[in-house]
Amino acid sequence: MSEIYDILVVGGGPGGLSAGIYGSRARLKTAVIEKGRAGGQAATTTEMENYPGSFGEVSGPGLMDDFAAHAEHFGTKILKGLVTDVDLKGDIKKVTCKSGEVYQAYSVILSPGAEPRTLNIKGEGKLRGKGVSYCATCDADFFEELDVVVVGNGDAAIEEAMFLTRFANEVTIIVIHDEGILDCNKASAEKAFENPKLKWVWNSVLEEIVGDELVEEVVIKNIKTGELTNKEVNGVFFFVGTVPKTEFLKGKVELDERGYIVTNELMETNVEGVYAVGDAIVKYLRQVVTAAADGAIASVAAEKYLAEKEYFREKVLEAKTPVLLAFWAPQVEKSLTSISVLESVVEEMAGKVSLSKVDTYRNKKTSDAYNVTEIPTVLLFNKGEVIDRIEGDFTADDVKKLIAKA
Amino acid sequence: MIELVKENFDEEVLNHQGVVFVDFWSPKCGPCMELMPEIEAFAAKNEGKAKFCKLDTAGNKRLAISQKVMGLPTMVFYKNGEKVQVYDADSINIDTMQAKLEELIG
Repeated sequence: MSEIYDILVVGGGPGGLSAGIYGSRARLKTAVIEKGRAGGQAATTTEMENYPGSFGEVSGPGLMDDFAAHAEHFGTKILKGLVTDVDLKGDIKKVTCKSGEVYQAYSVILSPGAEPRTLNIKGEGKLRGKGVSYCATCDADFFEELDVVVVGNGDAAIEEAMFLTRFANEVTIIVIHDEGILDCNKASAEKAFENPKLKWVWNSVLEEIVGDELVEEVVIKNIKTGELTNKEVNGVFFFVGTVPKTEFLKGKVELDERGYIVTNELMETNVEGVYAVGDAIVKYLRQVVTAAADGAIASVAAEKYLAEKEYFREKVLEAKTPVLLAFWAPQVEKSLTSISVLESVVEEMAGKVSLSKVDTYRNKKTSDAYNVTEIPTVLLFNKGEVIDRIEGDFTADDVKKLIAKA
Repeated sequence: MIELVKENFDEEVLNHQGVVFVDFWSPKCGPCMELMPEIEAFAAKNEGKAKFCKLDTAGNKRLAISQKVMGLPTMVFYKNGEKVQVYDADSINIDTMQAKLEELIG
């Protein structure tokens, strides 16, 4: 537990691995904790046609292996573990794995990803592993020359249904929309409509999965007419969206009502030094390319955060002489005057005191940490402690009186 | 762990008096590969208490289906040749499986 990482990434999907690449290239001590095979959900899909520069023969697992190799090449350590708890408060964050192993870091990038949603249809839970599946690459082999249904019509559903046609005898897609309307991208829809092994059931949902030891049939409900139809099948594949894997983050970082992590454009969460990327954050488009972009942004933001912390420690907390820390903002006129007052006093004191400045507009975190609500404000530090402060306008004499307290 | 194929399945599992644990897996199944080290540790820890086997369904699909396994990963306990407990992707948990093992060997 002695080692402290600069950046510790929780989750080795495309977002986490991209964060690893940027972190280690910035020569920061970077590690990614991954429970199993690196690559996240992207490593469970064969077709990968929308990651820029990769098409044709590139598979999901292949591309993810390249991401992992790329990160390791620049020095990212890939640690094996399933993170079950985090302590994100304070300057040193702690991450605990199921095995009991604890890792420490100055900044954390959360990349927990998402997992397939279950619908809890009658029979779904009971027949999981017995014909009900959420992973085509895992289970397609079993359905060679058999009939399956696919529930869903987004990108994943249509692309995985096409993958299943390479194995199954017949693949029937159950779509909730009117005939011809799919939620997936147009390129996949066109390909799917041309695939003779795909059959379509429109305006419908799955009502029930029937089977004793294995899936035997499904009951399909037409939502317009209410009519129920039984269909004999051997397998049911669900691709009805995903849910974020953020249970372990409840109460630790801000989540929205559906459990997605809330971030700003720098990928910062509401906790200082903690970032989040990928499918588990609130965002418009969940794809490998956007996860990778999140990872790059988070690492660069973390690098800047670490540098600021380091600067602050050196210049303020560990300074040999007393330090005046001035909070100012370029757009607040009177704070500019205050800075020149401080500069002249510090010059007069010839080395007995030093001056550091915080632009409150650019570095809100430091001003929040010291409860600065008025500009200008000046704090007197000695040996890492705040001795006293002046809020609002001040004169050279006020400053000298303040310094005398050190 | 003993590698099962159709030639030895009956002998090692169905005709065996005692408790047998079988891990149904395939190299294409990401979650199976993730679990493998944990399962191997589970088998090593309990060596001698029961028989621990794994079955790569990639070459033994019919055999898996005959055991009513049509999804991965799946873990099954047999006792005296009878299937007594099945764990699917959602219910696989080393602690629960350890407790079940203790109960079965009683």
